[in-house]
Amino acid sequence: MSAAAAGTSKAAHGDVAPKKRRGPGALATAYLVIYNVVMTAGWLVIAVGLVRAYLARGSYHGLYYSIEKPLKFFQTGAMLEVREVMSRVFLTWAVTHSVREVQSEDSVLLFVTAWTVTEIIRYSFYTFSLLNHLPFLIKWARYTFFFVLYPMGVTGELLTIYAALPYVQKTGLYSVTLPNKYNFSFDYHSFLILVMISYIPLFPQLYFHMIRQRKKVLGHIEDYSKVE
Amino acid sequence: MSRTTFFEVAVLDANTREQICFLDKVDPYSTIGNIKCLFQKSYPHWYPARQALKLDPKGKILRDEEILLHLPVGTTATMFFIDLGPQLGWTMVFLAEYIGPLLTYLLFYFRVPYIYSHRYASTSSPHPVVTRACACHTFHYVKRMIETIFVHRFTHGTMPLRIIVRNCAYYWGFSAWLAYYINHPLYTPPSYGEIQFNYGLIMFVMCELGNFSIHVTLNNLRGDGIRGRRYPIPTKNPFTWLFLFVSCPNYTYEVGAWVSFSIMTQCLPVAFYTLLGFIQMSIWAKGKHRAYSREFKDYPSLRMAIIPLIL
Repeated sequence: MSAAAAGTSKAAHGDVAPKKRRGPGALATAYLVIYNVVMTAGWLVIAVGLVRAYLARGSYHGLYYSIEKPLKFFQTGAMLEVREVMSRVFLTWAVTHSVREVQSEDSVLLFVTAWTVTEIIRYSFYTFSLLNHLPFLIKWARYTFFFVLYPMGVTGELLTIYAALPYVQKTGLYSVTLPNKYNFSFDYHSFLILVMISYIPLFPQLYFHMIRQRKKVLGHIEDYSKVE
Repeated sequence: MSRTTFFEVAVLDANTREQICFLDKVDPYSTIGNIKCLFQKSYPHWYPARQALKLDPKGKILRDEEILLHLPVGTTATMFFIDLGPQLGWTMVFLAEYIGPLLTYLLFYFRVPYIYSHRYASTSSPHPVVTRACACHTFHYVKRMIETIFVHRFTHGTMPLRIIVRNCAYYWGFSAWLAYYINHPLYTPPSYGEIQFNYGLIMFVMCELGNFSIHVTLNNLRGDGIRGRRYPIPTKNPFTWLFLFVSCPNYTYEVGAWVSFSIMTQCLPVAFYTLLGFIQMSIWAKGKHRAYSREFKDYPSLRMAIIPLIL
């Protein structure tokens, strides 16, 4: 009797992702489940690819090439979730893909690893939530691993952009200069610097948002241990 | 027989729920506006435009015209106060928004030192197109400021300061960006030369006249003593005949003016700015169109919001 009561109160508190108020229709749920399963699988493929390539080569160098295709595919596929993923797509295509010299940098491995682990946890979290069967471990992982993964990912991203700067300046990549027929100019080098600067306000916002979410979602673990 | 029972009003801070003001001997026929004035006597820096009064902390803000007696309160009314922050009257808002583009463009036109490379400082462009474009841009904003002062009559009194800052950043920022390219030493005149510029200029003048005509028409609509509200209709002025096709021809003409300016200058940033303006004005026009359609049962069905027959 008391176990059932504890169970229901847990469910009431523990609900995060699936909005229990209305809930998506059956078709939408099916779509979301399939989408999230596919994304989890995709990022697992990338993770396995990384490990295998490392074991084969014995070093970290060139690991980007072993997962280049699935990375591009699955990161771009995530365009369906517009959110903070915009920066990921930008990093993948507009920086790492476009500036070949950057692809052998360790910083690329840093952010790819961070993204991979984050995404596997995140998509499993969504999948399980949609099926209304969320293991506490996944929820805990989602709201705890970010403490390390976010700064790790951001560091990797910033270092990669920074590494790309001299090549972009030298080659004038994606840049348009005056004079031209449409009286327009764009300096990709300056743009990249602006992007780096934008991390200063944006990253703390995201980070503290996650910390607040964590308090809300996991905050009452102490309550349960007292109840028991 | 004493007709008036005076009311009392207790004003509480909406966040802290503490009483911050108590007004007694309040005439039951006082409006919220009157009460705000009384409130200001205790807090002189909180002018009425900054005050928001509510009957419930999470409820709707009471309008200034509402009368105390008609509110669902007893003879002692409790109201909750929120400070809306510094406010600026509409006239000042628009003047602040428009003076920026007017002046910044001229800074670039006269190539004030430090904007462009040193050897171009204080020089002028060899292209006549550039001077004429400056004249058009300047005329556009001078016209807007004159309309703001003499033509428009504004409804809600004020606008919050942070919105004004945001709007000014938009107007000032974009005009600086446009002006930078048009007045640049490496500016390239339009591909089809004088013809392209002149056609653009004619279209520009027509759209400015059209826009002005619509503003005057809308203004007269408001000025009519007739209490019944009517929607705008075409007048003898041919420019107002666009009302046959759209609800907001002022926006149509405004977009037209910026399209012509893009053609005259053949400058991509101008075209981009035009696009943004078009998107924003379409949203406003659609809202206005919907409001008209709902309010007037006989609203002409041929009319679209901003683009004849299309949008």
